[in-house]
Amino acid sequence: MKTMLPVRVKSLALAFAAAGLLAGCATSGNPKDPIEGFNRAMFAFNEGLDSAIIKPVATGYEAALPSPVRTGVTNFFGNIADLLIGVNNLLQGKGSEAVSDLGRVVINSTVGLLGVFDIASDAGLEKHAEDFGQTFGRWGVGNGAYVVIPVFGPRTARDTVGLVLDVAADPVTHVQPIAARNVSLVLRAVNDRANLLPADKVIEEAALDKYSYIRDAYLQRRRNQIFDGNAPREPEADAEQVERPVMAEAATVEPRAAADTVAPDSPMLVARTETAEAK
Amino acid sequence: MKLLLAFVSSLLISSTVMAQEVAPDVLVKTVTNEVLDIVRKDKDIQSGNTKKAIDLVESKVLPNFNFTRMTQLAMARDWRQASAAQQKILTDEFHTLLVRTYAKALTEYKNQTVEYKPFSLKAGETDVRVRTEIKQSGAGKNIELDYWLEKSAAGWKVYDIEVGGISIVTNYRESFAAEVRNSGIDGLIKLLQTKNKSGDAASVKK
Repeated sequence: MKTMLPVRVKSLALAFAAAGLLAGCATSGNPKDPIEGFNRAMFAFNEGLDSAIIKPVATGYEAALPSPVRTGVTNFFGNIADLLIGVNNLLQGKGSEAVSDLGRVVINSTVGLLGVFDIASDAGLEKHAEDFGQTFGRWGVGNGAYVVIPVFGPRTARDTVGLVLDVAADPVTHVQPIAARNVSLVLRAVNDRANLLPADKVIEEAALDKYSYIRDAYLQRRRNQIFDGNAPREPEADAEQVERPVMAEAATVEPRAAADTVAPDSPMLVARTETAEAK
Repeated sequence: MKLLLAFVSSLLISSTVMAQEVAPDVLVKTVTNEVLDIVRKDKDIQSGNTKKAIDLVESKVLPNFNFTRMTQLAMARDWRQASAAQQKILTDEFHTLLVRTYAKALTEYKNQTVEYKPFSLKAGETDVRVRTEIKQSGAGKNIELDYWLEKSAAGWKVYDIEVGGISIVTNYRESFAAEVRNSGIDGLIKLLQTKNKSGDAASVKK
């Protein structure tokens, strides 16, 4: 399977990665985020791009299209995504989930009129969220360094590799002709952004430092996704055990959180000895 | 007379015990329904009146929260470095910040419904997670919203909320720790105060 990214983008990405490694030498402090200097610069770039172009377009899109139409767009792309979600569930050994995902695709593509209506959810086939990054996490690959990628935003080293596979395997990137592909990609991106608009104000209200708020939220969310919503509470660094009940579940399921296994000296993939506990 | 007193006081005691024994899932459900009922009828809150939303959160939601525990969780090991007075200020400021955030989320309310996931309390459990899911009416994915509750002498108290797997309390850990590392406990207090004041300004402008 060949990657669809043009060579120019690839060399750009390489340049960014190199810049990141250099910046990483200068700024560090948080072991999960060894290239914080580079990441903050990239985050500022992405924020600028968002406020100048993406957010205004998404806001206009939201205002122009009635909610049922936007739901239809969300469902249409969601149906295409279910295919790869099923593949990832299969790769993670979750057979019944994979069967359910493929069942969703069959039902929604037919009865749901090419995926515009999510009939399968109404019928009780729950929608899952899986990608290659999660599959690697499930297999026991640690996060590696946190990295902010231009346009795509927050990832970890592991999820960056996952992203490359996600993009390469994404049916939408293989649509022909190219013009139709580009329209689809833009529509999907704008629709995704529009769905996130309500969260913007809440994050502004909550965050002391937006960069680290989003970073930590991303890391928490990924950890939770890898555990399929059953992540044990992150251990408290604080040792005041007397005042707190011991969290039996957290202690037995996994002593160390996946997000905590990043070695500061190895920003690339960190292989973990214990795998994420399947429930 | 003595007998009557004993009877009345035993009634009182049993009613307090009853109050303490509201199961955590029932508590979450009752409070959520109560708050959403108010928001559904209140056009001011729906059109972004943060002040009114804050009042609602303060009166209905907060009595069921343990803010000291929340602040302690967010501060992690730095909590013990803080003096009792600093702990008090930190708790108050963190309280304000979380209330604002919660109130802001309420003003974004648009006909979502809440689904309560099955919950069963095992005997002797004092620390539980109550799972709910916010169903979006239009576009947008459903959001898992989980409440962590701990049993205390005053009944079950919420000490954390997880939105889509993101704990709103522990999400502050790294930024709190970084601030304490750079400018001490007082630096963090100052940062929180500045943030909360800017929130004031923002809501005044509305």
